[in-house]
Amino acid sequence: MSDTQPGNLPVNAAEPFEPKIVAYCCTYCAYTAADLAGSMRLEYAPNVRVIQILCTGKIDAILLLRAFEDGADAVYVAGCALGDCHYMEGNLRAMQTVAHAKHLLQEVGLQPERLEFFHIPASAGPLFAQRADEMTAVARRLGPNPLRRTIQRDAGGKLIKPPDLHPPLPEAKLGKLIRHAERVSDVSM
Amino acid sequence: MIVAERKPLQQIEAMIEGFEKILIVGCGTCVAVSMAGGEKEVEELAAQLRIKAKLQGKPRTVDEITVTRQCDKEYLEPLAKYLDEYDAVISTACGAGVQFLAERYEGRIVLPALNTLFIGVTEGPGVWSQRCIACADCMLDQTGGICPMTICAKNLSNGPCGGTNAGKCEVDGEKDCAWTLIYRRMEKLGRLEYLKKIQPPRDYSLTTKPGRHTHEAFRQSQQEEE
Repeated sequence: MSDTQPGNLPVNAAEPFEPKIVAYCCTYCAYTAADLAGSMRLEYAPNVRVIQILCTGKIDAILLLRAFEDGADAVYVAGCALGDCHYMEGNLRAMQTVAHAKHLLQEVGLQPERLEFFHIPASAGPLFAQRADEMTAVARRLGPNPLRRTIQRDAGGKLIKPPDLHPPLPEAKLGKLIRHAERVSDVSM
Repeated sequence: MIVAERKPLQQIEAMIEGFEKILIVGCGTCVAVSMAGGEKEVEELAAQLRIKAKLQGKPRTVDEITVTRQCDKEYLEPLAKYLDEYDAVISTACGAGVQFLAERYEGRIVLPALNTLFIGVTEGPGVWSQRCIACADCMLDQTGGICPMTICAKNLSNGPCGGTNAGKCEVDGEKDCAWTLIYRRMEKLGRLEYLKKIQPPRDYSLTTKPGRHTHEAFRQSQQEEE
């Protein structure tokens, strides 16, 4: 913490730095593992805020970026082991998304190590605790998210769109095969 | 579909140097499908620009809005009530969309966030390839549905040339020889005889730019009005 880089200064020098970590956990594996870690009375870092999602395939790069924008010190996505996804390939997609989000973070100059993807099977309570501790250690090593000091400042967002005056054509008819015979039978009616 | 890719963040950052209030206008048609300028990509770019400004301690507001298309006037109209508040507008449409936006809102600074690549197709997730150069004189009936104008480095309409090498092109050994592809396709279709026909020289005057096209139905009514 004695580093002179502005990014590494604690938010409030009087208070010791406690990292805030967001964990997106898939309901079938990682979240169940978190449950198990609880029932096993395992102790792990209290800095982790678990967010339950149906499948890690739901994760979008923007969700990860927003977490950082809002001041999270580290974010991780925890999904099923390879081949175990309840939705076949959700975790594979999430791995791609996380890799992409890491690239986006790198581009803007925020350490990509603050973001990680973990495989945590449902039966691995101790692994969940271990990963939570690991990520907390990473956040402590990297120091507070430099964006924490500026989260209160209004920096824009999505404009509320007026109702679409020209909504796209209804899709129901697209892709429907209409045979000559059907047209003819319509005419005869 | 028009395929595009996002410019490097550094380049976009350099464009908006000195502007404080920025609106990013997305385009929900072609470039949304090619994952370069749709609603999602606008959100990501806006978040990146906000984070970057915050990290550097610069004041900057980045707002986002995505319209159905930027190449139709109707979809640009609703933006009128917002644009006055902004110092600059970043458009994540293809080159045509950026120009149309700049034309509709003359006097506003409109900046491009994408490099427009080509008219192409989706090969697989995240992979696109060029299929058409908009030559205004389609000859796909002669070539089994493979375009020599796009794929052949020499735009040959009577191929192959002497440079075809085991199905690859002499210009770039990585690239397929269009005429080998065409021969194989025609072989499969049983239409090899067709290739013996010599194609007349192509009319390149049709590709004179900038192109402008009026639909026949409208042309008649316009003439009647005159």
